Amino acid sequence: MQDWADWALDTAKSRGATYADVRVMDIRHRNLSTKNGQVGNLSESQSLGLGVRALASGSWGFAATDRLTREGISACAAEAVSIAKASALAKLHDVAMVPEQAYIDTWQNPHVKDPFRIPMERQLDHLLAADAEMRKVKGVTLAETSMAFCRIEQLFASSIGSRIHQTKVQSGAGIVATSFAGSEIQKRSYPNSFGGQHMLAGYELVESLDLVGNAQRVGEEAVALHSAVQCPEGTKTIILDSSQLGLQIHESIGHPIELDRVLGMEANFAGMSFLTLEKLNTLKYGSDIVNVVADARLAHGPGLGTFGYDDEGVPAQCTDIIKNGLFTGYLSNRETAVSIGLKRSGGTMRTESWNRLPIIRMTNISIHPGKWKYDDLIADTDDAIYMETNRSWSIDDRRYHFQFSTEIGWEIKGGKKGRMIKHPSYSGITTEFWNSCDAICSRDHWTLWGTPNCGKGQPMQTMGTGHGAAPARFRNVKIGVAFSK
Amino acid sequence: MSPAKKTRKAAPAKKKSLTGSAREGLLTQSELRRIAERVFKLSDADETEVMIDVTSDALTRFANNTIHQNVAEQGLTISVRTVFDGRTARATTNRTDDESLARVVAASATIAKSQAKIPHMLAMPGPQKVQRVARFFDSTAGFTAQDRAKAVARVCRAATKRKQTVAGIFTTGTMQSALGNSRGLFLTHQQTRAEFSVTVLDPDSSGWQKANSPDVTKIFPDALADRAAEKSRASRKPKEVPPGHYTVILEPAAVLDLVGFLFYDFAGTAVLDQRSCFNKRMGKQVMGPNITIWDDVYHPLQTGAPFDGEGLPRQKVLLVDRGTPRNLVYARATAKQMPSDMKAKPTGHGFPLPNEYGEAPMNLVFEGGKASLDEMIASTSRGILVTRLWYIREVDPYEKILTGMTRDGTFLIEGGKLAGGIRNFRFNQSVLEMLSNVEAMSPSVRAAGEESFEMVVPAMKVNGFHFSEVTKF
Repeated sequence: MQDWADWALDTAKSRGATYADVRVMDIRHRNLSTKNGQVGNLSESQSLGLGVRALASGSWGFAATDRLTREGISACAAEAVSIAKASALAKLHDVAMVPEQAYIDTWQNPHVKDPFRIPMERQLDHLLAADAEMRKVKGVTLAETSMAFCRIEQLFASSIGSRIHQTKVQSGAGIVATSFAGSEIQKRSYPNSFGGQHMLAGYELVESLDLVGNAQRVGEEAVALHSAVQCPEGTKTIILDSSQLGLQIHESIGHPIELDRVLGMEANFAGMSFLTLEKLNTLKYGSDIVNVVADARLAHGPGLGTFGYDDEGVPAQCTDIIKNGLFTGYLSNRETAVSIGLKRSGGTMRTESWNRLPIIRMTNISIHPGKWKYDDLIADTDDAIYMETNRSWSIDDRRYHFQFSTEIGWEIKGGKKGRMIKHPSYSGITTEFWNSCDAICSRDHWTLWGTPNCGKGQPMQTMGTGHGAAPARFRNVKIGVAFSK
Repeated sequence: MSPAKKTRKAAPAKKKSLTGSAREGLLTQSELRRIAERVFKLSDADETEVMIDVTSDALTRFANNTIHQNVAEQGLTISVRTVFDGRTARATTNRTDDESLARVVAASATIAKSQAKIPHMLAMPGPQKVQRVARFFDSTAGFTAQDRAKAVARVCRAATKRKQTVAGIFTTGTMQSALGNSRGLFLTHQQTRAEFSVTVLDPDSSGWQKANSPDVTKIFPDALADRAAEKSRASRKPKEVPPGHYTVILEPAAVLDLVGFLFYDFAGTAVLDQRSCFNKRMGKQVMGPNITIWDDVYHPLQTGAPFDGEGLPRQKVLLVDRGTPRNLVYARATAKQMPSDMKAKPTGHGFPLPNEYGEAPMNLVFEGGKASLDEMIASTSRGILVTRLWYIREVDPYEKILTGMTRDGTFLIEGGKLAGGIRNFRFNQSVLEMLSNVEAMSPSVRAAGEESFEMVVPAMKVNGFHFSEVTKF
């Protein structure tokens, strides 16, 4: 990897690049899935290549190749410089970046069991056992299970002298029971929807999830939802479970704080942000108990947004995003940091693969736990709906107005959890919603969720992000609009 | 780790000016076949299948009236599926040296053998006769970073002159795919692609346009940017209009992004799994009599390969006939599993095996109408014109209720005329209900959106469309 990176940097510099960086990445995936007792997907893939980002004539160019010969790599680096010079045809000013020092380092996320060394038979047996448990429940019409593993070995090298070698191992698994009856398709997922739970961890994560032990309950709840009470329409107190709060953070805090969005760089596709620059340190984003950080450090936990260095060679950091309700920070890179007068990048440049340009991405965007025990929070709530496990999510292109629905809800009356609610949904305006938060559960109920499928950029890149969250209560929230007539 | 041996030779550029174009990454037919033959020699499986994909893509991205990202990539993947005594699995690599090919074949074999025998697994198909489609354009393959930058620079200069802000992409590329198996099947397909998307912004409004074609000479960046600019200008100072049920005129991109959510419901596997909205609805009138939908890869405005993931020729299928769902699409294995009264036969829409989703129609074509967009507006006493939709998600899979937002050019219509821009709406709307309330349609066009792959759809005038809430801009 070292030779390849050096060849690329040498060529870029000789062709006129004033700065260049290279990512050599070796990416391995393993995917397994079952459906109704049969194997669905069973596959492995490996992809090795190199991407060069070059600054020349004051503009950026990027090229990527999997032709890892000296000739192929030199052609790729030369193309990156040539593209940069073409970019300068529509240049308004030279690209500027905040300084960063060079690092020579090695980083690897801790993990106990390499998922690629666990025999596939064993992994498949695990999934088939959970699949069988779900199908034992009368009324379950579709049982699905999945596991996904990824190992990324990468070298970052830059013309300022950085040489950073990182290895990340990621694991995830989940199960889904679906029940079709009458004119309804109901489903329940565990431990989260859309693929389950994913972390920067080894196979020990999968073993800790107890998929088989939860399969029957998941099946029973999917079937029971057909006879549950329809979510009413109106304004009400809601309590979100930690996984749904994680997605709420992702959509209504994580995306609007991306500085490239704020500055209009994503205007054509992902959209912009209501968090215009004058709102920094002035906007009351949430209530006083809302504290949110962007933390890529291992100390925060093994989230999908954890790393040693970002893909621009900047060390992992923790940035305060919301402090006691006040909006205090953006996600930045070396280029956008200049725009808001930061002395240093926040270290959030990430790339999906060797053939993609690093862009600003969420790291672990997490809410600090509060003081409430879960049982005390329920007991303290007179009339509310508890909403659990995301089913659909949508938010406007400036991240103001959102609507979420969850798989299941529970009525809370007089401090007790009561009847099951089907089709729960809620909607609102981001800042109004976060200012209505009056209780957050404690560290005991806090989970660092993984969102493995966050899309952004053109060409589209899929990235994993982390979101630490605990169940939380919100007052005067609009509910039931999704099914209103 | 050491540099790999050079085992893949790029096709020479035909003329010097093509340096930096997507053409440089292409392989010849015989090079593709040689890779497949090397894989077959390395495999001792009962049956072996190899898929080769070669892509070369470049994308120029602009925002704030300047190019801020500009990328190019070349890649090749070789995916091998082996079968051992009724067991099958897939492994994929992007290396073509002998060691890597041997490793990927061995990985596929190891994974395949790690499972129980799959009941009633079908043998791989033999050689197939496939109708050729011409979707490769030299104009696109030869397009360079300089060509894209020049067009983008013109669009940026025009925006600056109009005191507007512009953002977007201009992308061009080539793709080749080959599918072969040890029973003698060997098929190839190659096509080019070009796309231009543009958003023009004023301080309180925006407009958007997007076009997509295999032939870059059919893409007109300046005209698209002019239209987006006019939409932004015309929607300045947006008013807030209360949510409710409105007559809407959906431009083709908005129609595409809504009806695109139906595509998997037409899969035989989705019906078998009881997750299709057409369960218990086949043969019943569930849309208006003016709605007819085909899947037709051979349509002149469509793109894609004329064969599926197993190598079967894609067939033209009538999915909805005057509001009644008539047919589904089937992979080979799905057709065998369907109830006998459905008389299902493979239609050439299967995904590469193994997979849990079966198949899907990827080339939807709606029969359009005769009304122009202007005529639809003129015939509307009060309604909403929608340019584009955003962040659409499924709320109810059986009633097919979708939620999402309008974006980049939403207008009030009063007395048959546009009456200015309005703040964006959230909608919660059943697509089946929407397709039952279509009052008028334009001729169908190739539309490009963001939530769905490209299809051939008309603009639609729809009565009673449900906007449930309004946002702040």
